[in-house]
This record gives sequence, C-alpha cells and structure tokens, in this order.
Amino acid sequence: MRMSKIVRTSADLLYPFILIFGLYVVLHGHLTPGGGFQGGAVIATSVVLVIVAWSYEDILAMLRKVVYKAQESAGLILFIGTGAAALLIGFPFFYNFLANSGLLFGMPAPPGPNPGELNTAGVIPVMNIAVGIEVWGGLAIIVLCMLSSLARERT
Amino acid sequence: MIEIILQLVVLAGLVASALMVFFLKDLLAAALAAGFFSFLISVEFYILQAPDVAISQAAIGAGLTTAIFIIAIRATSRYEGGEEQ
Repeated sequence: MRMSKIVRTSADLLYPFILIFGLYVVLHGHLTPGGGFQGGAVIATSVVLVIVAWSYEDILAMLRKVVYKAQESAGLILFIGTGAAALLIGFPFFYNFLANSGLLFGMPAPPGPNPGELNTAGVIPVMNIAVGIEVWGGLAIIVLCMLSSLARERT
Repeated sequence: MIEIILQLVVLAGLVASALMVFFLKDLLAAALAAGFFSFLISVEFYILQAPDVAISQAAIGAGLTTAIFIIAIRATSRYEGGEEQ
C-alpha cells in the first residue's frame, strides 16, 4: 500500500528541510539546546517520513539497510576513536585535548553570555557529530526492520 | 499571566486528544491523535523551559512512534474490530 500523491509529494518536499534542521541541531550542540541524540532523532524523523509515505518496493529501490548499518558502526567507531586518541597523545581517556589548541574546534571561547562562536569547545562537537551519525543510522534501521516484517505479511 | 493561559490551553488540548485516542474507531486517526498528544507534551516542556527535552519528545514521540504505529496499521487492518473494510 502506498499513500496518496499529496502525502508522497509533501514528504519529498519536507525531507531536505528536516534534514538541514537536524544537522543544525547536531552541529550547534555545544551552543544551543539539543545535541547529538536530539539532532540524530530529528534527522531520523525525516528518513522515517519518506519510509512511511512510499510503498515497500519503492523503499527497497531507494534505501539500503547496509548503508545505515555501516553508518551506525561508523558513528560508534568515531566516538570511541576520539576517546582513544587522547590515550595515544598521553592524556587520560576522553581528555579534551582539542580545547584551546588552535586546531579543529580549538579556539578559546570568547567572554560574554553565549556569544555563539562555533569553533570552540574542543572534542565535544566531534562527540556530538559521532552520536548524531550513530542515532541517525540506528533509528532508521529500526523502522526499516519494522517495514521488512510488513512485506513478509503480504506475500 | 499569559503563561498560565497558554498552559491551560495546552492542558485542555491534551485531555481532548487523549479522549480522541480512546474513542476513535479509525486506528489511523487514533495514531495521529496520539502523535498530536506527544506534540502538545513537547510544547508544555518548552513552556516549562526545558527545550532540550522538548526536541527529544517532538522527534521521538511525535515522529518515530507515530511512524511505527502507522507501519503496524499498514500490516494489519485499519478499523477497530478486525474485519477488513
């Protein structure tokens, strides 16, 4: 069963905007409300909107389960790799070695009530991005597995 | 004062949508009413100054849970009582 043409078209139209809003919540996780989990859940909502609107055969042609499995594993590897990279340099596990270093996300935070400088906070935005990628893949693959049980019911 | 009025409106909407979930026989409409219930709860979280929880509730409760309900309805029958219509 596929939904009507109005639902399909509006889902296709809304998909990039929800995606961009989720990426904004992930990237600004250390400045504004939200973070890795919330942003990843918003991105997964955009994927799920497309899954609900189209039929099972169309979804099989559009989305692949392997891609989301790889994405979930990549997020976890990035998270634990960032934690272990501090060990290689000689700091304790999960030490914030990027803060105030001048490298990626390494600018010292300017004073004032939340000036909104994105290039601060060291390792925390990297962790947010890793958690966002992982939650995106994980929640999308939950709904894809639900949908595959629907196909077995039909045949 | 404006906050109290807003909270009363949201609470009335919560009770109305919960009753709609209970009384509707069309299960797709009942699932959408449950999603609207979650959305109103997220608005209430935002009024109580917890925007972090509000984003989680809007994404998980109003988005993903409603989608899982809709997929379950697609696999079974749409109307309460079991017969296919």
